[in-house]
Amino acid sequence: MMLKSRKYRTFNRKDLLAQAIAFGLVAAPMVAQADAGYVYEAGHASLKEWLLPDAAPSPDDNKYSEKRANLGKQLFFDPRLSGTGQVTCASCHFPERGWADGLPTAVRFQGKNVGLATPTIINLGYNDVLMWDGRMPNLEKQGFAGQGKPADINAGSTVEPEVVIERLNKVKAYVKLFEGAYPGEGLTRESVAKALAAFERTIVSRTSPFDRWVKGDKSALTEQQVKGFKAFVEKAKCVTCHLAPNFNDGGFHNIGLKSFGDADHNAGRFKQMKRKSMDGAFKTPTLRDINQTAPYFHDGSAATLKDVVEHYALGGMVKTNLSPSLPQDIALTAQDKDDIVAFMNALTSEQPMFVYPVLPQN
Amino acid sequence: MAKRSTMVFFTTTLAMTGNLWAQELVVDQKNRSFVKDGAEIKTLDIKVGDVIRFKNEDPFFHSIFSESETAKFDLGNYPKGQSKTVTFEKAGKVDIECAIHSKMHLTVNVK
Ligand code: HEC
Ligand code: HEC
Ligand SMILES: [Cu+2]
Repeated sequence: MMLKSRKYRTFNRKDLLAQAIAFGLVAAPMVAQADAGYVYEAGHASLKEWLLPDAAPSPDDNKYSEKRANLGKQLFFDPRLSGTGQVTCASCHFPERGWADGLPTAVRFQGKNVGLATPTIINLGYNDVLMWDGRMPNLEKQGFAGQGKPADINAGSTVEPEVVIERLNKVKAYVKLFEGAYPGEGLTRESVAKALAAFERTIVSRTSPFDRWVKGDKSALTEQQVKGFKAFVEKAKCVTCHLAPNFNDGGFHNIGLKSFGDADHNAGRFKQMKRKSMDGAFKTPTLRDINQTAPYFHDGSAATLKDVVEHYALGGMVKTNLSPSLPQDIALTAQDKDDIVAFMNALTSEQPMFVYPVLPQN
Repeated sequence: MAKRSTMVFFTTTLAMTGNLWAQELVVDQKNRSFVKDGAEIKTLDIKVGDVIRFKNEDPFFHSIFSESETAKFDLGNYPKGQSKTVTFEKAGKVDIECAIHSKMHLTVNVK
């Protein structure tokens, strides 16, 4: 199957077959070693790669300003952004649920299930692939598409996004705020997307106990959490995909969820990248603030972090198209599992009480 | 075992290209980017008949492929320390990607 796409004219088919078999048989069970070379001591220089930059980088045509972020915050919580006037971005991404919704898979206005878990907004500004299948490269593009007719906020609506923009343009206070934040750009679908992105880049988690420990505060992690970090890196090799500094890799993997065995399973990354290995592969999500966003996985199939670890301890459940980077036979003890969960609980930053925006009325 | 079989197989590549002047260039996959002589590269100019050895220096798999008409290939998944070679036999532009990591792109200009 794979052979068909190989066209080195220098090789004959027999060689290719022999090679593919040899490589497939012996290389598939081999999982790359996570030789991170860390010294597990608070503040050790080898750990510095885990510290996130102070601010999420923003593109040249949408540099951060407080005005832009504040305006984006209002739009994020404003139902007038939706066709029905009844849904906001925060209908699914709500701050008190780690900017997700606490549901296995998102439910749209009027009850239709999206079939995918709502991802958190936290630390997205540090990522260069968005959406479970990676179809969006940045927050601006997502914000633009997110106003479209098939988008989640427009469930139950037949209203065109242009009509929504006209509606917002009738709110004089908004027009003024846009003139202040984006002089000369007007209130358009593009500038709305930019403001949303500017706000989303302010939703960051980089002051967790783990971050404080990496910076040198010995008391920030318990002994168990340090052991959990070590197991996360060495024994369980979670760090193969959940890399520093944001616990992700800008990559896509099939981790063998049970739902992949369903005939009508979500093809995930395969929809964007037509290679067999990407069937059932999804974006590696961040693990920061992870204890805020249960349940887990794109299909919401793991209720707790313990369930997640049990899944990895099995090396996945449906192994027909597993990522080669997913370790098999990692033999975690009950203690290891608890330690890894304890470690993940140390990845949540303490946030000040969230203050909702006041929306301009007219 | 694995190493030897791939090595033997791939060293034959060079012998079979038939171009005496062809050279083998090594392009590493490191920190999820393409690296040559220690520096990240986005483009690479080579000559017809040249061979690129794609070597994985990251502690996880890469999966390098090209859909370009000039040179279509799929090296499949390979882990740290392993390498695979491709001979470029036609002049033109080749867009090379990694199936796993969406930001990995290399444009090879075969002249
Ligand atoms: C009905 C629930 C719902 C609403 C309303 C909603 N979203 Fe989402 N959001 C989701 C789901 C589900 C996904 C994942 C979809 C996918 O990957 O295909 C998502 C993905 C995203 C992502 C990418 C996250 C990632 O980790 O890659 C961003 C950014 C985002 N939404 C922002 C917004 C903004 C801005 C709005 C308002 C304009 C909004 N969302 C409205 C449910 C919702
Ligand atoms: C082969 C790469 C890979 C390895 C190794 C890996 N993960 Fe993941 N992880 C992923 C991907 C991809 C997802 C999303 C999968 C999906 O939903 O289909 C994920 C999802 C998760 C989630 C759920 C996140 C969310 O927001 O729903 C948690 C928690 C998690 N991993 C923790 C771990 C732990 C702990 C380990 C080690 C025991 C580990 N991962 C090993 C790639 C990996
Ligand atoms: Cu790669």
